[in-house]
Formats: sequence, C-alpha cells, structure tokens
Amino acid sequence: MYATTYHKPKTLAEAVELYESSDEPSYLSGGHTLIPTLKSRLAAPAHLIDVRNIPELSGIEVTADKVIIGSATKHAAVAASKEIKAAIPALSGLAGSIGDVQVRHMGTIGGSTANNDPAADYPAAVLSLDAIVHTDRREIPADEYFQGLYTTALEPGEILVRVEFKIPDIAGYAKFRNPASRYSMAAAFVSRHRDGHVRVAITGAGNEGVFRWTEAEELLTENFSAEALEGLTIDPSGMMGDMHAPADYRAHLVAVMTRRAVQNLGGTHIL
Amino acid sequence: MSRVTITVNGTPQTRDIEDRTLLVQFIREHLGLTGTHVGCDTTQCGACTIHLDGEAVKSCTILAVAADGSRVTTIEGLAEGGRLHDVQQAFHEHHGLQCGYCTPGMIMASVDMIRRHDGMLDERTVRHELEGNLCRCTGYHNIVKAVLDAAGKHRAAHAVAAE
Repeated sequence: MYATTYHKPKTLAEAVELYESSDEPSYLSGGHTLIPTLKSRLAAPAHLIDVRNIPELSGIEVTADKVIIGSATKHAAVAASKEIKAAIPALSGLAGSIGDVQVRHMGTIGGSTANNDPAADYPAAVLSLDAIVHTDRREIPADEYFQGLYTTALEPGEILVRVEFKIPDIAGYAKFRNPASRYSMAAAFVSRHRDGHVRVAITGAGNEGVFRWTEAEELLTENFSAEALEGLTIDPSGMMGDMHAPADYRAHLVAVMTRRAVQNLGGTHIL
Repeated sequence: MSRVTITVNGTPQTRDIEDRTLLVQFIREHLGLTGTHVGCDTTQCGACTIHLDGEAVKSCTILAVAADGSRVTTIEGLAEGGRLHDVQQAFHEHHGLQCGYCTPGMIMASVDMIRRHDGMLDERTVRHELEGNLCRCTGYHNIVKAVLDAAGKHRAAHAVAAE
C-alpha cells in the first residue's frame, strides 16, 4: 500500500470539506473492497476519509412501509436485525449471505452500494425494492442510481447517507456463488410490491452491472409464479464471461436463479 | 504518522505508526505478537482473524489507525492463568490441526461463533460459519469436532451458571 493520510471526521460537513480541500481523496467505510484495492496498489488515494463516525450514517429504522438503513451499518447488523427480518426477510437473508462472518462484521451497506461492484449483493436489493438512495445533498431513486460497472449517480465528494427500501408485499433472493470468492455468478432479487407490480433485479451476471430483467417482470406481474417464467431466456450477449463462467452459462443461471427466487419468496436460496 | 492507542489483550498499547499500517502489522510487527498469522493477505483465508471490540474480523483488511481506541483480542489473549481456553483445549484434544498455520484464526473465529450462538451449534452451522477460514491440511473434520465439543462445554458452563 502506498502512503496515505487518514482522517476521521465527525460530521457530514467536515467530511465533505476534507474531500473538497484534499488532493486525491477517497471516502472509506468498512474498507473490505477499498483496502484490498489499496494493498494491490490499484488505487492510491493520498487522503482516506473514514465516514463511519458520522452519526447520520448509523441506525436502522423500520416503519409501516419502509426500511431505512444508515450507510455505515454493517452487513452483520442488517442480518441480525429482528425488525428487518420481520419486514423484508429476503433483505435480511441477503445481508447474511455476503462474504463470510468476518467480512460481515466490517463491510457496510453504504460501501457496497456506493462501490456498485457488478457481483455485489446489495445493488440487487436496492434496485428490486425500488429504494431511494439518500445522500448529503439529494435523494436518488434506484432506477437512476446505478449507471454501469462500479458507476453510480454519486458525484465526486457526495456521501451516501442512508438507503430507504420500500417494504414489498413479498420478496425472494436466490444466488449462485462462485465457490472460491463467494461473490455471485448470478443472483436474482424478485419483489412484488404492494401495488402489484413486480421488480426483478439481477446481479453478478450483466456486463453493465446490476440490471432489471423487464421481460421477467412483465410475466410475473401477470402471473406471480415460477411457472410463468418457463421457457424465458436472456440474451447471453449482455452477460459477463470470464474464467469462472462464460456468458451463456451466466445467462442460463440468471433464468434459474430468477425462478428459484420466486420459489423461495419470504427468504433466500443461496447456492 | 499517527499516534494510536489500542487495548490489546487487556493492555493499552500506544505507538506512532504510518497511517497505511494494517492492524495485523501493528499486532505482529509493532507489538511482536506473532500468533496472528498472515496467510493470503487478500481477506479470504482468515488466518489473521482477531476480535475487534468483541467481533471476529480479518486484521489484514483493517487499518490500525482506524482501530484507534478499540479493544483487540488475539490468540495470545485467550488463555487465562496458564489454562488454555476451552476452544484451544478442544482443538488440542481433537487434533483440529495439522500444520497449525490456520489454527489461530480458526480458534478466534470459533470463539466468536460460540459466543454469537451461545453454544447452540450443529455441524452444518459450524461448517457454514467457518467459510471465512481456510485450512489446507485437515479437511475440516477435526476442526468441526473441536468446535462442537467446545460449544457443548460453553452450554454446560452456562447451564451451571444459570442454576
């Protein structure tokens, strides 16, 4: 790791001020993507601004129709929250399926959502649950937030403060993991919202990162069952292909995981 | 450079360190506590697992400066009064190791697991929750036996305490 200077601001204003007044700054949350990147010398921020001590970024709130999670909340805390488990069990299960125990004790929902790794779990939940991403300066609907590989609507210096999920009628999450890295090779988060419309978000597979599978959404809105998806396939040309899985295999997995999510509503199916 | 104070195995330790110092480097190189191992250095193998404010974490992926003011427990801090911790004793009795490289991390992860589940563990849960710790020797069987045995001792000790 190259030399860097660490800062631990206590307020949002102080963090933004540090970012704007520093050369080559980077925000740091749980660090479980950023620190490995720094150790490989793939990034070399001169200033690391740790946002975990900012009070607005903490806390879990569950209301009648929303689950609101502060961005510095660790995966383990989301997975352990009885309130979240009661409101959106698939979200609770998703958080409990990220990485491993030790990773979940450090990694945060804000870090995962801001990084938008194409194989990360949280982007699928944010997109399927029609969430609103709250930052230090605005509110961004999920449909406008994700903008491709590792790319989001966040501007330089903008801080992700909390994520506001809509509590659906019911939701399910199914993931096929790479057995070595435990990142998904294809995963589907399927939600039927209270107004009846269905949102299907796919992570781990698309070559532009997380995306909505609108053909599956239309079929499921008509008939909310795995049978409705019989025969539906997705074009492999939009899928990632790498040493772990070629594009046509990922396309196959997307269809299978979407059906499995519908067969496991109210929970998760992790392979 | 930053001055940090981390309470390691009950003793506050103050050092001036570079901000890029990893917590595992602080523990091994600045404090000389070499029981915590570096295996993969990429957050996968779990050999560097320690407890940070009571939770198992991978110390190769945390900046020491970010742990300023925290409590850390390493493998050296588990035994009390010359008596091995129940999890250490169980790994010894069940031969839950061969080369021993992964063992400090396995034990720290297992102590955390038994605590979180209050000893209520079955084989499936133990295998699942050890997915962040890699062992290239044992095939895990004796490790799992050791964790289940220690979990049973934890349950028994708490049942006695509750009476």
